[in-house]
Amino acid sequence: MDAKEVIARRVALELRDGMLVNLGIGLPTLVAAYVPDGMHVAFQSENGIIGFGAPPPQGMEDPNLTDAGGGFISALPGAIAFDSVTSFALIRGGHVDMTVLGGLQVDSKGRLANWMVPGKIVPGMGGAMDLVTGAKRVIVAMQHSAKGAPKIVEELTLPPTAARRVSLIVTELAVIEPTEDGLALRERAPSVEIEEIIANTGAKLSIPAHVPEMAFIAG
Amino acid sequence: MRKAITAGEAADLIPDGASVMFGGFLGVGSPERLFDALAARGAKRLTIIGNDTARPGVGVGKLIDAGCVTRIIASHIGTNPTTQKKMIAGEIDVELVPQGTLAERIRAGGSGLGGVLTPTGVGTTVAEDKRVLEIDGADYLLEAPIRADFALLHAHEADYFGNLTYRLTAANFNPVMAFAADCVIAESDHIVPVGVIPPDAVRTPGVLVNHLVGRAC
Repeated sequence: MDAKEVIARRVALELRDGMLVNLGIGLPTLVAAYVPDGMHVAFQSENGIIGFGAPPPQGMEDPNLTDAGGGFISALPGAIAFDSVTSFALIRGGHVDMTVLGGLQVDSKGRLANWMVPGKIVPGMGGAMDLVTGAKRVIVAMQHSAKGAPKIVEELTLPPTAARRVSLIVTELAVIEPTEDGLALRERAPSVEIEEIIANTGAKLSIPAHVPEMAFIAG
Repeated sequence: MRKAITAGEAADLIPDGASVMFGGFLGVGSPERLFDALAARGAKRLTIIGNDTARPGVGVGKLIDAGCVTRIIASHIGTNPTTQKKMIAGEIDVELVPQGTLAERIRAGGSGLGGVLTPTGVGTTVAEDKRVLEIDGADYLLEAPIRADFALLHAHEADYFGNLTYRLTAANFNPVMAFAADCVIAESDHIVPVGVIPPDAVRTPGVLVNHLVGRAC
């Protein structure tokens, strides 16, 4: 398993039957491949659909049926399409059970930064601020470090996406839960030592006596 | 009954310097023929309001390419390197708005509301220079309504009264924008006689639509 697969298969453990889930673009999208057999999870794409599936066969794409990244998708039986006002009423109104988003930084207060790097990349926040503000659970799925620099930091140096404390951070090394008292180490990836997690984390971690190994949804 | 106009006639109605909101999400559900006509006319100094600026050569990206735009209100410009280049060069002024806030500000503009209160953006740069109101113990940003001189829509079907339907994810910002401009111009994939679209299936009431763009023939 490479780092991204570790993260996607661990995040998939957070899925529950009947959930409405919004996956961000990039790494989070991989989670859709690991929905456990027999579990029904509805995926929302904020451009206006619940219940989308894999891209159609080549040459059968519908130009009016895409996901929020502009990729072609299919509509599964039971799917519904709607406009942007409805889509964000679902998101902001707390009707989305869980969102999985990528991250540039998360700090000790559990605040996420994932929408811009001042002076470098200013793509815009798209739907990220609404998702982090409104979804019932916010899971950050990201690599633990970027070019050797920790992405989990004491205090954000990048502009926050929301003031809200995210629910869980899943990386290829660890599962970390932001709490009122700071960041708590919950799980470690197989064959990863706690010292390695500490060395790659730029914020203080509270570490319980027993840190279990990560479980995964089967590939 | 109304008479359809051509995309070129529609472009002539839109003066340089106008504010123009447009449907579309990365170009899906965008009025491509209207964009082509505006670019061909050589429109200047437009303020455009929409979710994103698509890609070069696609959707509203055509207006960016053609130098028609000096101001953008959008939630995302990351897919269009030309927009970013022109923003950095100071040729285009960009206001970034969270996507859900953009939708609600337009809804407010079109439905007679003086603004919206949203928790989105509290504690971020979006909150700068905005009023924060505490309601039942939670903080909300006061966001102002958005209206435009023109709304350019893309629909699936239009009937002779201007009643509109949309398909799948091509609805996006089109229905809400139909309420929020002084002049609403719609182009559609199909034009059908009155009565073909069942009343329950109409997504945008024809009374909101000022002009329909005729068939492409």
